[in-house]
Amino acid sequence: MEALAQFFAIYGSLVNFIGINAILALSLYLTLAAGQLSLGSAAFAGIGGYTAGILTMKLGVPFLLSLVAGSVLSGVVGLLIGLPVLRLRGVFLAIATLAFGEVVRITVLNLDITGGAQGLVGIPNHTKTWGIYLALAVVGYGIAKMRYSRLGWCFESIREDETAAKTMGIDTTYYKTLAFVLGAMLAGFAGALYAHLNYLITPREFGFSVAVDLLIFNIVGGTRSWYGPVLGAVLLTALPEILRGTGITAGPIRMAVNGLILLLVILFLPNGLISIFRRTGNNPKESAAAISEEA
Amino acid sequence: MLLQVKDVTRAFGGVKALDGVSLSVEKGEVHGLIGPNGAGKTTLINVLSSIIAPTSGEVFFDDRPVHTLPAHELAARGMARTFQNIRLFPAMTCLENVIAGQHLVAPRPFFPRLFCLPSARREEKEYRRQAMACLARVGIEAKARFQAKALSYGERRRLEMARALASRPRLLLLDEPVAGMRRKEVQEVGGLIRSLAEEGMTILLIEHNMSFVMGLCSRITVLNFGCTLITGDPEQVSHHPEVIEAYLGVSEKFALNRRSDGSLWSHGSCARHFFYDQRGGN
Amino acid sequence: MDLLAQQLVNGLFIGSVYGLFAVGYTLVFGVLDILNLAHAAVFTLGGLIALWLVEAWGLSLWIAFPAAVLICGLLGLVLDQVAFAPLRQRADSNFSGMISSIAMAIIFESAALGLFGARTVRFPAGTVSVTVWRWEGLSITSLQVEIVAISILLMFALTQFLNRARVGKAIRAVAENDRTARLLGIHVDGIIAFTFFISSALGGAAGILFGLYFDSLSPDMGRSIELKGLAVIILGGMGSIPGAILGGLAFGLSEVLTVAITGTSNLRDAVAFTVLFTVLVLRPSGLLGRKKLREA
Repeated sequence: MEALAQFFAIYGSLVNFIGINAILALSLYLTLAAGQLSLGSAAFAGIGGYTAGILTMKLGVPFLLSLVAGSVLSGVVGLLIGLPVLRLRGVFLAIATLAFGEVVRITVLNLDITGGAQGLVGIPNHTKTWGIYLALAVVGYGIAKMRYSRLGWCFESIREDETAAKTMGIDTTYYKTLAFVLGAMLAGFAGALYAHLNYLITPREFGFSVAVDLLIFNIVGGTRSWYGPVLGAVLLTALPEILRGTGITAGPIRMAVNGLILLLVILFLPNGLISIFRRTGNNPKESAAAISEEA
Repeated sequence: MLLQVKDVTRAFGGVKALDGVSLSVEKGEVHGLIGPNGAGKTTLINVLSSIIAPTSGEVFFDDRPVHTLPAHELAARGMARTFQNIRLFPAMTCLENVIAGQHLVAPRPFFPRLFCLPSARREEKEYRRQAMACLARVGIEAKARFQAKALSYGERRRLEMARALASRPRLLLLDEPVAGMRRKEVQEVGGLIRSLAEEGMTILLIEHNMSFVMGLCSRITVLNFGCTLITGDPEQVSHHPEVIEAYLGVSEKFALNRRSDGSLWSHGSCARHFFYDQRGGN
Repeated sequence: MDLLAQQLVNGLFIGSVYGLFAVGYTLVFGVLDILNLAHAAVFTLGGLIALWLVEAWGLSLWIAFPAAVLICGLLGLVLDQVAFAPLRQRADSNFSGMISSIAMAIIFESAALGLFGARTVRFPAGTVSVTVWRWEGLSITSLQVEIVAISILLMFALTQFLNRARVGKAIRAVAENDRTARLLGIHVDGIIAFTFFISSALGGAAGILFGLYFDSLSPDMGRSIELKGLAVIILGGMGSIPGAILGGLAFGLSEVLTVAITGTSNLRDAVAFTVLFTVLVLRPSGLLGRKKLREA
């Protein structure tokens, strides 16, 4: 118990940060699961975070209600943005969501109500570590169960071949939009949680590089299963600390290691790190193990 | 009439892939669609399944107009199809491909699963049993747990059929279902189509394998350059001079000649060989 | 009115640098259908390497400039060999290529950070001699003119190269259909490598000119231009060189005009990205692009 308390005293904020990153990574996973490459997760997190933060701080709204409000608003914005943008092919969808993200960041940077560049200061600390991980567990469980429900099969089908999916009766526009909105809501939720963690949020924490980081978590972890992004988030968020522990403190080297990991994964393990554990291939026994009792 | 195509035209820029095509398919019929390469057969199937829209003309399914509906709507009304260049889900196993195809018939609701209710488990067992039955129907149940990309060409075509069958369609559009198959496989698929028809399924079938088409279809429509040449039974179609000309071209020996009354004649014996004595013959 | 004219002139100057940067970006996209997100990192390295050559080696800019450009070209070859070539056989090569380029961008940027430090630096005074001309209330420096001249020269040279030279035509052939190009005897892998060489060389050149124009260089200077470059090539049309040039100029102009109209530089980028978003939604092929951009 003593050791645990000590560990927490030193690494508490890292543990919290890992949890939030894992939820954020899952929000991107939701859109990737339906074959959509969205780089707007960070922006949706920002929308959720600022909304919830302003509500709690300036209007005295109860914490849980703010969380819900933040998620819902992100979802609504996600719907508005998603409808015109989901028609675009791969890379262009990514760029469009990126542009959207930048517009959000700059808007937040210039509004008074969000505190501008200084950010929103003085948000009450309602988020506890157990809360974050409870949320992560619930979300992870939900996504795992979703995978083998009809919704999950729809997403998979769209991801594999959208035209074929249509001929099987799948309304691809509806489901792609649904995936996008769900992802936006989850990101908003994570952002709202994050806002109540450290008394302060700034626009920088919801920008382009964060969006890229989330993508990297997903790629490195693997997007074939929900625990891939979580694994990626845990590994890559903890990595700088691990490196520091081994004596590598230089910023550039830690950065280079990140880049190197991503490069090695994309070159040699394109389905992410989880593909090491989850070899479904031509071997019937292994495939059977993978899908045996999913209900 | 289950399916009626009225005067469908589809232009790509200045090129008319389909030019006033009309045909009808009766319920329970196995209707063949043949024509030389480039005649517009796949384009027609794409229009029928609403992958692309017709430039003009109408399509009626069950006497209701469907040419303005999106593809998934058509599937919901009972139309399923396979693709000429095979559009399977390569990373999924065969069983999973068929399960994906069960979208319209297997609701698999989220909340019972979330709470691990026994009803969800029971349902899932049943759905999987049905999916395996589809695989067995086409003869590839042994490969159920194999990834789709590990299958042979013929097996992949059959998997596509299994996936199409999973939604229990009333009309099945098959785009070259036996292309690239060995003789034995062709016979098996022929038997499958016959038994499906006996159960009341309506089938529209594109194929180049003539003996297959002639042996299976009650009626055949011939397309050439986007136009319907003729619709008729196998005997009529295989003897029709313009059809022969479309496939075999014109040579001096077998040229189409016009009698003084305007009718056409040619030496048809070569054509009979072409339509009935292909490799793998009838 | 004078102010407006001055802004227009400034817009053209910065626009030509944007155009130069965008041209390299769009060249690779046109040929490979891949978004090379490491382009901005090469841009940064170009400026920093030129600075290093001038400062540490005492070279005149006349030598340092082409030398740095050449080095950037070589970096492009490295990019191709390490990050793109191994992925060419894959079905999702344009997506995985993009990810790969992100990885290389991180590596390049960390190299810049490690080698040159995080500070903002500038070319030493006297690297370029600057004369200022004033005319009718407009002031133009010789530096600005030189930057524009070099940008336009390079862009023009590229266009001519693609249209006339054998290798240039080979590049266009590969861009149209690499399989057919291969059948015609074109050494496709070599052409692609060469395309990366040119693209990165131009990106590096843009970086040097950018650093000269704004009189500052830092390891994260690629950040701001990365997204702008994307906006430019979308606006101009992906894969279209003239589009990238026009887009760059248009973008530069819109930037300075936004600042002039709103009186602040805060919303400048927001306007730019809103324009980008709108273009993507309404006309994704941009002004001059020809690629099919909706879902297959």
